[in-house]
Amino acid sequence: MSVSNELTSAQRDDLRIVAAMIVPPSDEYKVPGADDPAVQADMLATLGRDTALVAQALDHLARLAGKPLAELDPARRDAVAEEFRASGGAAAATLVRVVLQCYYRDDRVLRSLGLELRAPFPQGYTLEQGDWSLLDPVKVKPPNLRRAT
Amino acid sequence: MKNDPVDVLIIGAGASGAAVAWSLADTKMHILCLDQGGWMNSSDYPSTGRDWEAKFYGDWSTSPNIRGRPEDYPINDDNSPIKVVNFNGVGGSTVMYTAHWPRLHPSDFKVKTLDGVADDWPIDYDALTPFFEENDRMMGVSGLSGDPRSPLTHPPMPPQPLGLSGPLIGKAMNKLGWHWWPSDTTVATMDYEGRARCINLGHCTPACAQGAKASTDITYWPHALRAGVELKTHCRVREILTNEQGMASGVVYYDKDGVEQFQPAEVVIIACNGVGTPRLLLNSVSGRFPNGLANSSGLVGKNLMFHPYAQIYGFVKEPTDSNRAPPTCLWSKEFYDTDLSRGFVRGYGIQFGRGAGPVFEAVASEQKGILPWGADHHRVFRKLNGHRLGVSAICEDLPEEHNRVTLDPVLKDSHGIPAPKIDYTISENSRKMMAHGLARGKEILEAAGATDLCINDPIPWGGWHLLGTARMGTDPARSVVNEWGRSHDVKNLFIVDGSVFVTSGGVNPTSTIQAVALYVADQMKQRLANLFD
Repeated sequence: MSVSNELTSAQRDDLRIVAAMIVPPSDEYKVPGADDPAVQADMLATLGRDTALVAQALDHLARLAGKPLAELDPARRDAVAEEFRASGGAAAATLVRVVLQCYYRDDRVLRSLGLELRAPFPQGYTLEQGDWSLLDPVKVKPPNLRRAT
Repeated sequence: MKNDPVDVLIIGAGASGAAVAWSLADTKMHILCLDQGGWMNSSDYPSTGRDWEAKFYGDWSTSPNIRGRPEDYPINDDNSPIKVVNFNGVGGSTVMYTAHWPRLHPSDFKVKTLDGVADDWPIDYDALTPFFEENDRMMGVSGLSGDPRSPLTHPPMPPQPLGLSGPLIGKAMNKLGWHWWPSDTTVATMDYEGRARCINLGHCTPACAQGAKASTDITYWPHALRAGVELKTHCRVREILTNEQGMASGVVYYDKDGVEQFQPAEVVIIACNGVGTPRLLLNSVSGRFPNGLANSSGLVGKNLMFHPYAQIYGFVKEPTDSNRAPPTCLWSKEFYDTDLSRGFVRGYGIQFGRGAGPVFEAVASEQKGILPWGADHHRVFRKLNGHRLGVSAICEDLPEEHNRVTLDPVLKDSHGIPAPKIDYTISENSRKMMAHGLARGKEILEAAGATDLCINDPIPWGGWHLLGTARMGTDPARSVVNEWGRSHDVKNLFIVDGSVFVTSGGVNPTSTIQAVALYVADQMKQRLANLFD
């Protein structure tokens, strides 16, 4: 059984809806929402050790909603989301983290943030020296190390 | 299965085990080290992949309970507001640390004399000075000599650049008139002893793919192995056995195939950290030692000290270094020494944080409630991401016997060995110190122009520093090992890790842990003819 199959179809639908509630698409910033198919596919493919807690969070969400999230009107959906965040505990936190960790590694999102589309290694980054003269006022102070006797 | 006896058996290949192995190698004794983990492969480290941040929440979590690698053992820390973090493998927790490298101050060794609390160490800073220096050369330290409020150091490499975040902090500290200084770190700022210089991968804590951050698998161990020390990996020690004379005779361990083995040894050295060491001693029960080995004082496992971290962070308008630099670069000792007008005894160091990567920022800020769901998410995230500055007060934790490591009656590791259980509370003195640190941190961040301030009080997964659970001292009734690391009860048993700390100081302890390990090794070498007298 593949990892993505460990969430039911209903759970995947709710995951998509709640992901868009956390991070909706934005024309202003030219970014997709977290319900974007590529972001969703990344989530399902990499759930791994988080699967059980995410499924637990989605079950909790379903209980609060009483029906698929997609069928709720926006006001009711927001109320359910608020209750979910307040009462969902570690499982809800895991679901939110899974959404955010996949969203904020998407190429389109990183590009919008002005970040490079790569792993840190092996290129690394350049760090400027900064203004070392700022340390001058500290250097001129007399030594002040507490004596041991 | 019984193996050929060795002269010296070291348990644990981390910070202290590696140092003591290297130092003892010049005796030409047969030295064997057993470690429950294996050699690390830097191509597996998180910063080599696009999912580098996500790994911090799973396979590369600092928490062994979350990480759950085969090398890890579970720790019941439910009864502690501070959770234990560590790493198990060759290099130990030096594989997974921030490389911040202060030393304990000379005054930290005389706490009772100076402030009337806790106990003095049986050794002083001067005794450790040559070993601090030797260790700095071996680990490869970068920094700027001449800090007026820290012990004099001679880092062989220049300090890390200030980058974007350093000047913002420096200006704020100058505005307040408070001390700050570039941190000594074990991040190589130039090519050093086979290590490549830092290229600012940013995510130093969960292992450095560049090899710029010193971990003992790439510093001490290559030298120790070349000098003839033997290291067996994936060997988990269950208990230390003793003979009819009350001397350690060797250890029982499970090898990489899970087969039980007995390894005889003339000398046993424990280097398993402040949780692993008492766990091993308490698991080594016999008729002669019914309460655990080396425990006639009853202090094995007691006096656990963590360093509660009080952290405050905020967001400035200017860009900060974010994840494009080592996470720490500056420290302050402004509030390090006792000033009773503050309402507490002893003090704390401050370490400054340069920033965080986008995933970490999103997750942390959402949890703190400053990053909203919905339409405003994007605007707020762009205000936060790449603009974080952090201030952490690392508070001196005084020893208290009720803070302790015991054996969990139920929880066991994958070999069926009883796991450690932590009972720990933050003292009233520490609480006052943390509140003071948060208040000063707020002043610093406001002086830097930061807004949206958030606190972690304490940092929950902040139990990096595992100290005090087999303390050293001259009185066998009040300590577990003597002033040169030998068990009072078992004359051929030594402890060289943070367990032996009498007090904790207000700084990261690894530099001092390794200096103590080198000091103990030197003492052993000087006393080889009468080591067991």
